[in-house]
Parts: sequence; structure tokens; C-alpha cells
Amino acid sequence: MSGFLTVLVIVLIFVVIFQIAKASEYVSILKGEKKARQQSNRINGFLMIVFLVLGLFGAYYCNDVLKDKLGPGAASVQGEGIDTLIAVTLAITGFVCVVTQVLLFWFAFKFQEKEGRNAFYFPHNSKLEVIWTVIPAIALTILVAFGLKHWFAITSDAPKDAMVVEVTGKQFNWLVRYPGKDGQLGSKKFKLISDVNSNPVGQDWEDGLNKDDFMSNEIHLVVGKPVKFIIGSRDVIHDVGLPQFRMKMDAVPGIPTTLWITPKYTTTDMRAKTENPDFVFELSCDQMCGAGHFSMRAVIVVETQQEFDAWAAKQKSQYELANASATPAPAAGADSTASKAVAIAK
Amino acid sequence: MSNEATLHSHQEVHGSLEHDQHGNGHDGHEHHGTFISKYVFSMDHKMIAKQFLITGIVWAIIGAFFSVLFRLQLGFPDTSFPWLSSILGHWAENGHIKPEAYYALVTMHGTILVFFVLTAGLSGTFSNFLIPLQVGARDMASPFMNMLSYWFFFIASLVMMASLFVQTGPASGGWTAYPPLSALGDASIGSKIGMDLWITSMALFVVSQLLGGLNYISTILNMRTKGMSMTKMPLTIWAFFFTAVLGVLSFPVLLSGFILLLFDRHAGTSFYLSDIFVAGKALSNEGGSAILYQHLFWFLGHPEVYIIVLPAMGIVSEVLAINSRKPIFGYLAMIGSLFAICILAFLVWAHHMFVTGLNPFLGAFFVLLTLLIAVPSAIKVFNWLTTIWRGNINFTPGALFSIGFVSTFISGGLTGIWLGNSSIDIHLHDTYFVIAHFHIVMGVSAFFGMFAGIYHWFPKMYGRFLNNTLGYIHFWITLCGAYLIFWPMHYEGLAGMPRRYYDYSTWESFKQFAGLNHFISIVVIMVFATQLLFVFNFFYSIFKGRKLTIANPWKATTLEWTTPIHAGHGNWPGEVPEVHRWPYDYSKDGVDFIPQTVPIGPNESEH
Ligand code: HEM
Ligand SMILES: [Cu+2]
Ligand SMILES: [Cu+2]
Repeated sequence: MSGFLTVLVIVLIFVVIFQIAKASEYVSILKGEKKARQQSNRINGFLMIVFLVLGLFGAYYCNDVLKDKLGPGAASVQGEGIDTLIAVTLAITGFVCVVTQVLLFWFAFKFQEKEGRNAFYFPHNSKLEVIWTVIPAIALTILVAFGLKHWFAITSDAPKDAMVVEVTGKQFNWLVRYPGKDGQLGSKKFKLISDVNSNPVGQDWEDGLNKDDFMSNEIHLVVGKPVKFIIGSRDVIHDVGLPQFRMKMDAVPGIPTTLWITPKYTTTDMRAKTENPDFVFELSCDQMCGAGHFSMRAVIVVETQQEFDAWAAKQKSQYELANASATPAPAAGADSTASKAVAIAK
Repeated sequence: MSNEATLHSHQEVHGSLEHDQHGNGHDGHEHHGTFISKYVFSMDHKMIAKQFLITGIVWAIIGAFFSVLFRLQLGFPDTSFPWLSSILGHWAENGHIKPEAYYALVTMHGTILVFFVLTAGLSGTFSNFLIPLQVGARDMASPFMNMLSYWFFFIASLVMMASLFVQTGPASGGWTAYPPLSALGDASIGSKIGMDLWITSMALFVVSQLLGGLNYISTILNMRTKGMSMTKMPLTIWAFFFTAVLGVLSFPVLLSGFILLLFDRHAGTSFYLSDIFVAGKALSNEGGSAILYQHLFWFLGHPEVYIIVLPAMGIVSEVLAINSRKPIFGYLAMIGSLFAICILAFLVWAHHMFVTGLNPFLGAFFVLLTLLIAVPSAIKVFNWLTTIWRGNINFTPGALFSIGFVSTFISGGLTGIWLGNSSIDIHLHDTYFVIAHFHIVMGVSAFFGMFAGIYHWFPKMYGRFLNNTLGYIHFWITLCGAYLIFWPMHYEGLAGMPRRYYDYSTWESFKQFAGLNHFISIVVIMVFATQLLFVFNFFYSIFKGRKLTIANPWKATTLEWTTPIHAGHGNWPGEVPEVHRWPYDYSKDGVDFIPQTVPIGPNESEH
């Protein structure tokens, strides 16, 4: 019923607007086309200035309301450089945006049709054209130079002492594997994957390096210590998105990728900084991967080395989990997580 | 281009037209053609243009409506809308859209708007309508191929429409359709038969684009009237020309990508598939590269965004000059930047792939070339600004939408500079920042260009005007609405909020934007309603609009306004006029405008 009423009201508004529009056409015939044209030019010219002023104010207001929702800035060393680059780019493009928009709407207002005004025949001017080719080119070169410098810094090889975490995407959750005490990940094969036999990434049990690798639902990182993620997928393309660390890398089946960061603050630090006791770092999937894409979330805990060691010591290796129980325990299988995703949706 | 060649081809057209009119027994004479030959299987470029336009409008309503549906989910995640269950059935139980349906709607929205509305509906309409009229030709080089181009589009439309009604639903892997998701029916319900229909439809669409594009290119190169040298063509024609070149060179690559995808889906090949475990078992495919598809896709995908925006640029250049009563500033620089954009558009595709594991060194070249493409874009903006400077601007609805275009093109183009810099893109890729960027620079701008074109050439198409007052309301609400919707999205993106999420409420990092999403969805509904007002204006005015009483209502210089108000097939009843000057002699030597057909006076300088 209320739906019907809404439609009725909308239709009524349409009819009213249409009648006004129709009437204004007749009025303009009565008044004479010239007069009507003058009037509509005055109104639209005035609206140009109104829009400009409201637009500039609106952009300011929007920033005022939303800037606090952005969080406290990058939480990784690499991300800080990205934030700086964003600030420089914002300064340059923001300046250009304001200047050109002001000129656009100001010109539109100022040079609206007036009786007696003659347009100025001005087909080209080489000097002006050279100026506004060269200046953007220089500005862009500067941005490219700064950008690439940082790009090469963050895409360089991770430091030798970086800790290693393997992250594998699957529909619809993340499989996190640590190398264990030996610091080396054991080999894996996708044909060995078996959710029922507790081998979700397909570790090769023949490989001794696999014996101490352990898996976890959460990602634990050490503050101040570089970490290298080895990223893969076992089904479709996913993407490891680390919004607070300003970093991102696709998880592609068959083609391992990597990224590395140095976390700057612990989760506890961030809770204080954001004044939000529930704050957590999150790993989001940033590549469309199916119906549960939006639920591919993993929590990242950044802590001190001590806390990390204590946590790591408590973890059971996947080898133990897979080979201990005689009757295979059903681990988090593809189907059960998919239904979980849908359950979250509801 | 020698005059001889022009003349020669001109005679040929004349000849073939004669043949059409008298030799075709069943078609009869064009002017008393049957309903079928005149309105359905028409070979008149003007009628084909209208067919593209109206089909595009129908698709635009559907595509935009889909966005209203999925914005309801984003803006009102906790509200139940029982009527959704009535229209979507089991895709929306208890008044909530299911995730599968959400992704299907998002995918169809993108596909429909990018390809069917802003490619076919925009370039298809105006290239068809304006190329022969503005270069002084009686029709396209091959009217028959031109007709086929529309009908291939029509069949593509039917197939896509059919895919909405299959049991497992339409494609739902995004408009980019990345494999393996799009290759494996087991990975997503939308990758079952819906995906095959999607690929079939897109393949037909590519055929339509090639038939159209080849026609546009050959018409522009060979069929210009006497005196219409390339540098006397209006910028609309230059823009359509480069658009067609982009399409002809890049659509085949997309097709090849789709064909490999089809093989992977049904022939057991492994072009894109490797090391996959899905639905409880490991697939046998090894050695393929999922990233290969992305290269093939974006080799079209990036040019595609310019296929969409170049026609809008051409239209805006023309409409701004006419309504400012000034020549377009920097005509040659405008052509030069169109040319530069056309070349560079082929060299920047991997900026969509900075985070795929692309070699960082290779990535650096794509950063450089991407930011380079901002230079010709900047030149165009400055030239438009100078065009209206010291003009005498008459705010027709077409002029308003052109000014709106320049505004949104600036706002959206500048964020491209952020994204083109790979270090920034690594944070912003696949977030709402990208959504904001391309909707403003491509979605809104291209629509504004299209609206400018429709308001401006409607009198030439139908011999009547659109209602002005409705046009003004349409413009101001749409401009404000577009900014209200897309501007705040930049902030969501800066916080890292991913795109293509069905629900953000479980995310500690993104749920603070629930209020903003609510606001945006409300504005979306209002803007959508305003577009319906335009659609109403359009169809009403075809039959009841104010009648055109003079042939040249905007006092324009170009050739289309030298045809009779209701031009028949062949456009000019007599000889095709000869051209003597460029199309931008507005306010020259104190004369308001000098049509292209007027010879240069003895004391007059060429521009
Ligand atoms: C001014 C120059 C421009 C630059 C430097 C630029 C740069 C970029 C970059 C780097 C991306 C990839 C962002 C990402 O996915 O992370 C992007 C996305 C996009 N751009 Fe632009 N752009 C520019 C202008 C345009 C124009 C004129 C259009 C269309 C008319 C356009 C349409 C798009 C679209 C559709 C996407 C997103 C495709 C998708 O992922 O679904 N851009 N742009
Ligand atoms: Cu995902
Ligand atoms: Cu691009």
C-alpha cells in the first residue's frame, strides 16, 4: 500500500513538473521568443555562480565530515611514503581543479548572452597553447619521478631478515601458513590439496620442511619487523588488500606473487590512536571472486616480538593436525565456508 | 585528399542511390517506402542512428534501474523491500537481494552501460547521424553494412536480455569477466550458461562495432563533399574518426580473448587456467595464465574508455562553439590531442594491472605513458575554457550539458593522475576511489556529452524541439546529483573500502561509511527519477514537441543544417553543397556566423 502511494506521489510530481514545463513553453510564445531567451539565460547564468559557490562550499563541507573517517594514516613504513605522494598529488591536482572549475563557471556566468555583446573571434594562439602543454608536462614529470622512486623502493626485494607469511586465497577465506621454527616453507602441490584430510594448501608431507609449518586463521606480525607475504590462490583470482598498510597484491592461481611491508604500530597502539577499542587491522579481498567476495576477511594482529613468540609457540603444526587423527577431521572446507559467507549475508 | 577522388566517390554514391530508388522492386521508392523498409530494415543512416539511440535509451533505463536495485542493498542493508521479492523471485528472499543476485546486477549494470549504452548508444547514434550529414555525403559508404551493424547490435541485445532470464542467472563476475572466475561454472553460479550467453552477446556486439567502425572510417576518408578537406571537418567528425579507429583496432583483440575463454570453458584448454582446486577437486589444467586474459581485455578495455569519451568530446566542442558564438579555440591542437589520445590509448592498458604481479620495471613504463595521456586531456580542457572566454553564451540545454561535461571531465580526469601513479594505485586499486574516478570521467561525462548531442540535434532528427524547461531541470538536478553521488566516494576509497562488496557491516575498517552509503543511495534514486523525466520529454517531444520552423535553428555553420527540415534518404534534394571554409567562422569580422558553404570573400583571410 505504501509502495503504491509512493508511486502515486512520484507520478503526481512528474505531472506537475510537466505541466509547468508545458506552460512555460506557451508563456514564452506569448512573451516573445527573445524575451524568454533573455530570461532563461539570466537564470541559468545565475545558477552557474550558485553552483560554483555551493560546489566549493560542498567540497569543503564533505571533507570536514569525512576526513575523520579515513583513519589515522598509514600504519606501515612503505605506506607513509604513499601517503606523502598522495598529499603532493592532492596539492597539485586540487589546485588545478579549483582554478579550472572557477574559470569554467565564472566564464559561463560572465559571458552569458547579452544584447550588444559581441563574441571575440579568437581561433588560436600558439603561445598560450605551448604554455598549457609545457606546464602540465612538467608537473606530470615531477609526479612520475617521485612516484617511480617510491614504486621501485616498495617493489624491491624484501630485506633478508624479513619474516615470511604465506597467504592463500580460496572461496571464501584466507589460508595463512607460517614457516615454523626452521624459517622455511615446505613445498606444496595443488593436486595434494584436500580439505577433508586437513591439507588445505596441498603441503607435500614427504618434504621435511613441511613438518613444522603451521597454519592460522589470524595473521600475526611483529611491529617494526619487515614481513614478506607469499601470495597465491587455489581457485580464482583474489587480492590481498591491506588498507591500513596501503598495500595490495593479487592472488593468482598458478602464479605466486609477493609483497612486503614493515608494520609501524601494534594493534594496541592503533586502538589508542583511533580511540576505538574494537580496532583491528583487516585483510580484505580486493578482487571480485564470487558470491562471498565481500566476506573474505582475515584479522591481522601486530604485536611485539615477545607476544609473537609466545603465540607461535602455542601453534600446532599442520603436519600434526593432518596426521594425528586416524579419522580425518573435517577442516574448514570450501562448502562450509561458502555457506558461512551466505549466512553472514543474512 | 585530392578533389578528384572526392568528386568521383560523390558520383558513385549518386549512382548507387539511383539504383536503390528505382531498381529495387520490392522496396519501392524510398519516400513511399513500406513501414518495414522505412522504420525497421532501413538503410538510411538517419533512421539507423535513431534506432541506435532508442535501443540505447531502453538499455540505459534497464542498466540504471539495476544500479538503483543494488544501491538499495548498499544504502539500506537492514531494510526489507518485499517488492524486490516480487520482481526478482528467489533472487531476493524476504525482501533482500541475495549476494548472487547483487553480483549479477552489478555485472549487468557495467556491461550494459559501458557497451550497450555509451558505446552503441552514443557513438552508434551520433557517428551514424552526423558523419554523412556533416561531411556532405548522401549516406554511409555501405548503407547495407550499416544496417547490419544495427541488427547485430540488436541480436546482441536480445541474447544479453535472454541471459537475464535463465535459471542460473546472468554473468556475475564483473563487466571485466576475469577468469578463472568466469571460466568455471563451479566457482560461481553466474559462470554457468549465463556466461556463455554473455560471451555470445559480446561477440555479436564486436561484429556490430566492426561493421559500424569500418563504415565510419571509409565514409570519412572517401565520401566528403567537394571542398571538404580533412582540416575543414567539424571536430565531431574528427572525434568519430578516431573513435572508429580505436574500435576497429582493439575490439578484435577483445574477441580473441573471449574465444580463448570459450575454449577454456568448453574445450578443456588451459589458456587461462592453472593449479586450480574447485568444488572439492583439483582440475587437470596446468600452465595457463589468468593474467593473459587481463592483458587481452585491457588492450581493448582502455581504448574502450576513450571510445566512449571521444564522441562526447567532439559533440561538446561543437555545441560549445556554436552556443558561445565563437570558433573552437585551437582547432588543430584539438585534432592533435585527439590523435595523441588515440595513439597513447593503446600504450597504457597495464595501468589496470599494477597489482597483478606485473614486473615493476615494466610497470614504470606504463606509469610514464599513462601520465603522458593526461597532457592532451589537459590541452583539451584549456581549449574549451578559452572557447567560452569572451563568448556570448546562449544557455541552451545542449550548452549546459557541454559545460557540465567540461566540469566533470576535469574532476574525474585529475583523479586519473592519482591512479596512473602506480605507488598510489597500489593503495587505491579496486576501491571506491576507482569507482568515483571512472564514473565521473567516463560515466557522467559521456552521458553529458550524449545529452548535449541529443538536445542539440533533436530538431534535426525529429523536426521538433525538446522541452527547454524540462531540459534545464534535467541538467541542474543531474549535475548536482552526480557530484553528490560520486564525490564522497573518493573518501571511501582513500580509506581502502573495496568495490564490489555486497555488505560492509562486518568490516571494522569500512563500516563507518554506512551513513554515507545511505545518503548516496537516496540521491541515486532521485537522479534516476530525473532521468525518467528526460525519457518522457524525449518520447513526448518526438510527437508533440514544439515544431521546427526554420532549417537552421542554432545558426550553425555546418552542413547538416543546410538540409531540409525533414530530409529524405540522400539528405539533400538537389546537389550536395560545396564547402569553402572551416566550420568555426563564428563572430568573424563582426558577422555572427558564416556557413561552410559560403565562399571566402576577396578580402577575407582564412582562419
Ligand atoms: C586523464 C587521464 C586518465 C588517467 C591518467 C587515468 C588513469 C586510470 C587508471 C590508472 C586506472 C586504473 C585504476 C585501478 O583500477 O586501480 C583507471 C581506471 C579507469 N579509468 Fe581512467 N584515467 C584517465 C582518464 C580516463 C578517462 C577519460 C576515462 C573514460 C572516459 C577513464 C575510464 C576509466 C575506467 C572505466 C576505469 C576503471 C575500469 C575498471 O576497473 O572497471 N579514465 N584510470
Ligand atoms: Cu574476493
Ligand atoms: Cu585505462
